[in-house]
Amino acid sequence: MLDLVWLIPALPLAGFLVLVFGGRRLGEPIAGWFATLMCGGAFAATVVVFIGLFNKSPDQRQFQQVLFDWLPVGGLKVQLGFLVDPLSIAMALFVTGIGTLIHLYSIGYMHGDPKFSKFFVYMNLFAFSMLMLVLGNNLLVTFLGWEGVGACSYFLVSFWFSNEANASAGKKAFITNRIGDWGFMLAMFLAFASVGTLTYFSNGSNVGLLDQGTLGHLTAYTATAIAALLFIGAVGKSAQLPLYIWLPDAMAGPTPVSALIHAATMVTSGVYLMVRISPVLAHGYTWLPATIATVGAITALFAATIAIAQNDIKKVLAYSTVSQLGYMFLAVGSGAYVAAIFHMITHAFFKALLFLGSGSVIHGMHDEQDMRKMGGLRKYMPVTAVTFIIGWLAIAGIFPFAGFWSKDEILLNAWAHGGSPLWKVLWFVGLVTALLTAYYMSRQVFMVFFGKENWREAATAGGEAEQSAEATAAEEHAGEEHVTVAVAPSRHDAHPEPHESAWTMLLPLVVLAALSTFGGLVNLPFSDSSRFLERWLAPVLETTTRRVDVPGVVQFALAAGTCLLCALAIVVAARVYLQHKLEPVEPELFAHGWYYDESVSAFVGGPGEEAFEQTAEFDKGVIDGAVNGVGTLVRATATRLRLAQTGYVRNYALGIAVGAFILIGLFLTRAVG
Amino acid sequence: MIEHSSHTPLLTMLVVLPFVGAAVVALLPRRRPELMRLVALLFTVLTGALTVAVLVQFEKGQAGFQFVDHHSWISSFGISWTLGIDGISLFLVVLTGILFPIALLGADPHHDAKPYYAWLLILEAGCLGVFLALDLFLFFVFFEIVLVPMYFLIGQWGHGERTYAALKFFLFTMFGSAFMLVALISTAVLHQHGAGGPLTFDLVSIATHPGIALTTQRWLFLGFAIAFAVKIPLFPLHTWLPDAHTEAPTAGSVILAGVMLKLGTYGLIRYGLFLFPEASAYFAPMMVTLGVIGITYGAIVAAMQKDLKRLVAYSSIAHLGFIALGTFALTTQGLQGGVLQMVNHGLSTSALFLLVGFIYERRHTREIAKLKGLQKVAPIMAGVFTLVMLSSIGLPGLNGFVGEFLILLGSFLTRRWWTVVAAAGVILAALYLLWAYQRVFHGEPDEDNASFPEMKLSEALVMVPLIGLIIFLGVYPKPVLERIQPSVDALIQHIEDPTVGANQPGGTGYHEPGVANNGPSAQPEASR
Repeated sequence: MLDLVWLIPALPLAGFLVLVFGGRRLGEPIAGWFATLMCGGAFAATVVVFIGLFNKSPDQRQFQQVLFDWLPVGGLKVQLGFLVDPLSIAMALFVTGIGTLIHLYSIGYMHGDPKFSKFFVYMNLFAFSMLMLVLGNNLLVTFLGWEGVGACSYFLVSFWFSNEANASAGKKAFITNRIGDWGFMLAMFLAFASVGTLTYFSNGSNVGLLDQGTLGHLTAYTATAIAALLFIGAVGKSAQLPLYIWLPDAMAGPTPVSALIHAATMVTSGVYLMVRISPVLAHGYTWLPATIATVGAITALFAATIAIAQNDIKKVLAYSTVSQLGYMFLAVGSGAYVAAIFHMITHAFFKALLFLGSGSVIHGMHDEQDMRKMGGLRKYMPVTAVTFIIGWLAIAGIFPFAGFWSKDEILLNAWAHGGSPLWKVLWFVGLVTALLTAYYMSRQVFMVFFGKENWREAATAGGEAEQSAEATAAEEHAGEEHVTVAVAPSRHDAHPEPHESAWTMLLPLVVLAALSTFGGLVNLPFSDSSRFLERWLAPVLETTTRRVDVPGVVQFALAAGTCLLCALAIVVAARVYLQHKLEPVEPELFAHGWYYDESVSAFVGGPGEEAFEQTAEFDKGVIDGAVNGVGTLVRATATRLRLAQTGYVRNYALGIAVGAFILIGLFLTRAVG
Repeated sequence: MIEHSSHTPLLTMLVVLPFVGAAVVALLPRRRPELMRLVALLFTVLTGALTVAVLVQFEKGQAGFQFVDHHSWISSFGISWTLGIDGISLFLVVLTGILFPIALLGADPHHDAKPYYAWLLILEAGCLGVFLALDLFLFFVFFEIVLVPMYFLIGQWGHGERTYAALKFFLFTMFGSAFMLVALISTAVLHQHGAGGPLTFDLVSIATHPGIALTTQRWLFLGFAIAFAVKIPLFPLHTWLPDAHTEAPTAGSVILAGVMLKLGTYGLIRYGLFLFPEASAYFAPMMVTLGVIGITYGAIVAAMQKDLKRLVAYSSIAHLGFIALGTFALTTQGLQGGVLQMVNHGLSTSALFLLVGFIYERRHTREIAKLKGLQKVAPIMAGVFTLVMLSSIGLPGLNGFVGEFLILLGSFLTRRWWTVVAAAGVILAALYLLWAYQRVFHGEPDEDNASFPEMKLSEALVMVPLIGLIIFLGVYPKPVLERIQPSVDALIQHIEDPTVGANQPGGTGYHEPGVANNGPSAQPEASR
């Protein structure tokens, strides 16, 4: 059964190829159904492979399949091959599972879009790339997927490219990611230069980079360098400080894209990469994991502060994603790899749910993204509201929803890390982030689903207000210009009542809500037997995972304390945004994202572009100027030497010959003598 | 190294066939331009088929020259008609064979069809001659022959400042060639002096038994290197290129970028590394530095161009910088990557020039600011452009990545810090191409661009082989790599062979990295 692994990426690839050439002919909705079917097929294939792997004894749970030699050059023997082990299959399961749900959702969401089939072309290509990333048996195949998902992200963010803001966002995503890829590439070069292989685990033709025998050849210095360079790649792809700036802008893409690529799967691949190479990380100096945890914790807090002051429904979720990814890196740095994967999975459930829910809201509100113009929507969109509320409780870390368990695991590992006091600080940062998360998510839920129906005013206030509101929305480059010709009445109709979405959109919401509720079951902390995920991942991560030994009472106290504080944060948010008893605190600093992105943009557009311009001027003026200067000089001299210009080729030939012979003569005398 | 055999003189036929084609075109009645096009196409296709025949019959696993044709020519000076092909030249020859029919089909001269097609055919013969010649003098003859048709193609069928561009191109190259001619004759004479025997211009015999003092070799190397540096072009000898590319007709740009720039990089391998191994190792730091400057500088200047064609031209400087870096890394990965990248650049940049040509045909401008929102009106052309652009950016799965990756990996082994800088070129490539793409294809098309016609079937058909190869070489480059490898490995060995030169301690400084399969007995990492 394991040798069916090639089918997992092959099905979405086949879907992509069919849709590239025949998508337009298939049209709506068949193209969408076909793409969903291909992704669902990949999920089915993954389940089959999973069962095959499950039936083996834990120490036998590794399988490699090599399709062909990709880059065989000298000692470099890169194959196009797959690695099936508990980690890659766990990833593949949730990628294909959530991927299928989001494909299904998109059939409803993209309804009526003139580029309906094109959208699914990219979606299937994305699924293929993501699966290559996860299943590759060496760094280069992972990099193939890594760049592939980046390209798909570029296509999909700039999907509605007529709007310049969307096009810029796509470009920004690709280029920022490339900065990270620079690190990834250098890491591969260094790995090859040090141990002559890029393959993760040894197979017939290659040594394994992650095998203990090979690691023995790595100095701690080199291992640290490789891991640090890969971390640079992860910082780009997983939107951490200082490279996170592309992700909030990437919300310009259609909402299913935000859910699939920019929340559930692609952005977590940096975390996956670090977990995958954890043996190298463990082999290096300890300052690197500490740095990773610090970057993660700071990013988590930083993004959470920004999220409390955003008014665009998707921007809140975008910064929330950056923040939650920071959590995962905190876990990676603490050596709590299982916790990182655990949170990655639960986050994929509830964040995909929240994004799809927000898409349903945007759809129902006729393309309104400003939360200030929403309110009271639970009456009009009951299914969306209930599922969104479940997602909210899950991300807020409320017992017994999925997020509670995974977040708790991360905080516990930071708390119990020991060693330097840094870890207690990081734990505290994590705790504060958790409170902020509960607060800003509550704010969102209250503004959207509860309270006054602000959209009525917005609609009746008529033309002028509408226009200025649109202007602000445009300023915040929300830029979603979704076409909803068939479903929605025009936004300029009076009283456009919000409406609930089609079943293809609601079904994924319900499934994800169930997963967000019960997702914690995969790794309950009560006993070793209830830690399914940890036991499943043990063959891969056992040696590198840091064990924490905390008495049960302390564990319980930490978890209960955090949960209570989060509940308190919700109460505070309710006082502010539901009962309006407290003034909202939304400082400009936070609303503008600490002015970081704006500063970067100002620098790139200002001195950065200026430096480029100067270089181009230098090329034109100095380098080419010198050439033309010589030309002018020659011409000036030539007017005097005109007499020599006989116009007869034989005279020139004679001149050239004489000159050449003189030079040759010089050469010979020098050389021989 | 040369295996003499009495097969059909395939390579001579390869060089002669386009010449014959040119003669036939010249004899056709002036009033039948479509007939000329047909005849020229027939000859380029035949030549292309012949290159494919060579590819098919080429024996992989062999390092030496194959299909060698050897005839004495000017025997009193030891000059001979010697042609041969090995893994390094094989794919450049095939690339030439493929690109000429494409260039011919992809653009129309609009006037004076007869000389246009005749010059194109002569150009093809010259290019093939350069790649195939194994005699120094013969090489020089072909190297110079190439100049003339290109000069006329730019000067007569070019745009705007075509006379200036053509003259600049001609003078620059002649300037380099003068140095090469001197170095070339000196090499032959000194070889005779040092190694004894009759005067010969035979590349293989000179390279294997040079008999020239090492310091002299270095001077001679420089003589050749200047000519090639102009041709590639390397910074700061590059300013002819943007002008020539921009003003050349589409077919001229395609051939200039696709084939002619490789005459320089190919020359550096054959008449640099092979002929003067010690000097190549000696000057490697300089050449690698120039390569890295080209990569970053070319990309930065490309980003600021306002003319789409000029932008692509500057991108060539960056890409060719990669090839120079890989070549002078003196590692098997770097050199193989360099050879492969010559082919890759030929495919993707030719495709880009063709696409820019299609846009020019429609809008009569290449100015980025005047183009807007083309993806909306011409989605298929936009799709093709995207694919080619991603190939040029070096997206894994497409051809450009394979070459760039091998080059950077190979150069990392011997030139670590250069590579750290060069790898940043990958970021810059994304920057200038995506930015240009956004300005040209994204956004809402304005009035001038709203009626931009979609790609025609004939244009699409021209792109198909290029796209096919772009994908094939990205997914399965093995058939190409395994044919390049033996020749490259032999060349690396040749460089490290103390009898011909590079007897400095450590040779190239290159060792195949790796640990043995069974544990810690392999060389300790610290020794590197």
